[in-house]
Amino acid sequence: MAKYNSNNMSAVIVENIIKKYRVEKTEVTALKGVSFEVAKGELFGIVGPDGAGKTSLFRVLTTLLLAESGNATIEGHDVVKDYKIIRKKLGYMPGRFSLYQDLTVEENLTFFATIFNTSIEENYDLIKDIYQQIEPFKDRRAGKLSGGMKQKLALCCALIHKPSVLLLDEPTTGVDAVSRKEFWDMLQRLKLQGITILVSTPYMDEASMCDRVALLQEGKILAIDKPAQINQQFQDPLWAVQASNMYALLKVMKQWEAVASCYSFGEYYHVVMKSENAGASAINEYLVERQFQEIEVKKIDANIEDSFMALMNTAHE
Amino acid sequence: MNKENVIVVNGLTKSFGDFVAVDHISFEVSKGEIFGFLGANGAGKTTAMRMLCGLSTPTSGKAMVAGFDVFREAEKIKQNIGYMSQKFSLYEDLTIKENIQFYGGIYGLTKKQIQEKTDYLVAHLHLQNHQNSLVKSLPLGWKQKLAFSVAIVHDPAIVFLDEPTGGVDPVTRREFWELIYDASERGITVFVTTHYMDEAEYCHRVSIMVDGRIEALDTPKGLKKTYDSVSMDEVFLKLARKAVRGE
Repeated sequence: MAKYNSNNMSAVIVENIIKKYRVEKTEVTALKGVSFEVAKGELFGIVGPDGAGKTSLFRVLTTLLLAESGNATIEGHDVVKDYKIIRKKLGYMPGRFSLYQDLTVEENLTFFATIFNTSIEENYDLIKDIYQQIEPFKDRRAGKLSGGMKQKLALCCALIHKPSVLLLDEPTTGVDAVSRKEFWDMLQRLKLQGITILVSTPYMDEASMCDRVALLQEGKILAIDKPAQINQQFQDPLWAVQASNMYALLKVMKQWEAVASCYSFGEYYHVVMKSENAGASAINEYLVERQFQEIEVKKIDANIEDSFMALMNTAHE
Repeated sequence: MNKENVIVVNGLTKSFGDFVAVDHISFEVSKGEIFGFLGANGAGKTTAMRMLCGLSTPTSGKAMVAGFDVFREAEKIKQNIGYMSQKFSLYEDLTIKENIQFYGGIYGLTKKQIQEKTDYLVAHLHLQNHQNSLVKSLPLGWKQKLAFSVAIVHDPAIVFLDEPTGGVDPVTRREFWELIYDASERGITVFVTTHYMDEAEYCHRVSIMVDGRIEALDTPKGLKKTYDSVSMDEVFLKLARKAVRGE
């Protein structure tokens, strides 16, 4: 095992983690050598679809699962050897709601505080902002809460022992657009308190809320950087194309041999041409010839989903 | 309106005790339309959808689905619709082929029809080399595409999709929508809920529920104009923020 020259500024260091599972007779490699570092106080996102390996990674980092190989440390403590220390320092919100359904809101919070030898009063400042939103329901059983309120309670329980590193596994999955925005606002405020936050999400658009992100797909990291930097690495000219009959347009674009890729993005298709010489006028002409109406073609910058799909395709080649 | 309406809803209401989950909603959906049914968590979408699928009896109001009354002909409705959600889709311990055969059988297709459908779907989804694989061994994206195809194996008048693309990778998510367009072109009405606002743009018309009521209903273009917004995301936030009730 190579001696790692630990960087004092890194709250989380992950080195070449490999995690495998046996599903009946087949072996599945959930993490195929994942490495990254999260700086102290950073809001770091792991962005990827279901099955990318997000939860496996979080379980290794929370000392709940042993990796086949590789190392990981949380604030300098090894996830295998120092699991007892790590469990005191970490706040963890699993993807599945894991509080006691038969205890009330307040009982759950008191329970988690007591386990960590603290009290709600002692760390109230840290959770106040979030807890006040569910405090009117403090006598309600956790099992009877709505999705958004469960999510807020789970976050309070993960914070009550004042962890220095917070791991949130898909906190916004299945949550509507309004609640998602509120949740990210809460994370930004927690970040101001100096907590290091590692958060996973399948929603690509949430990448822009993070300081840096790792794009994860099929157990491999496709890219790690600031979201804006990742998008700048998208090299091909990208065109947004629209016409009156969008489905017919999609079929035509997909059959056109000059098109490298065509993906729908809201009211436009994002199109990459095989040749850089084929630009807006070429696309326009081609569509006019085919009797399309209300054609619009404009050059745009890639967003995180464009980048993710381009990286996915490169990884498959 | 000269288009054939396959869903006609008038003043449909569902109360649980004092709580009015769905509060006098009215709308129509035409044949082959892709109808986006949006709303924040707790707005009443699921309750409304359950009534339209014949799974829950309304408290009051009227609704006809595929020509059948939700009060009196719930069983008929179930035979004439397809349903798929992120949670419930396929039997993991059956193979791809077995799942198609099973659902074909449930929906009363003949042996010959099932055989034809199986051949068509396996080819259409490029699953020739996997038709005898267990569904649980498939990547999520494939499962969701197969689940959709199975939900319309009996060519229903309407297919209800409850957040069909949650957690799916961005490429597969788009391929999934191509299947939706394809079904719509074949005359199948698509009634879909989603948390992805870009997908709302792909619908012919979109309704947005707030606190049990339909607060807005129009084409994506029309909604953006009415609410002076550049995207459906913005429209949704403007409307959903008005919600008073919790989830």
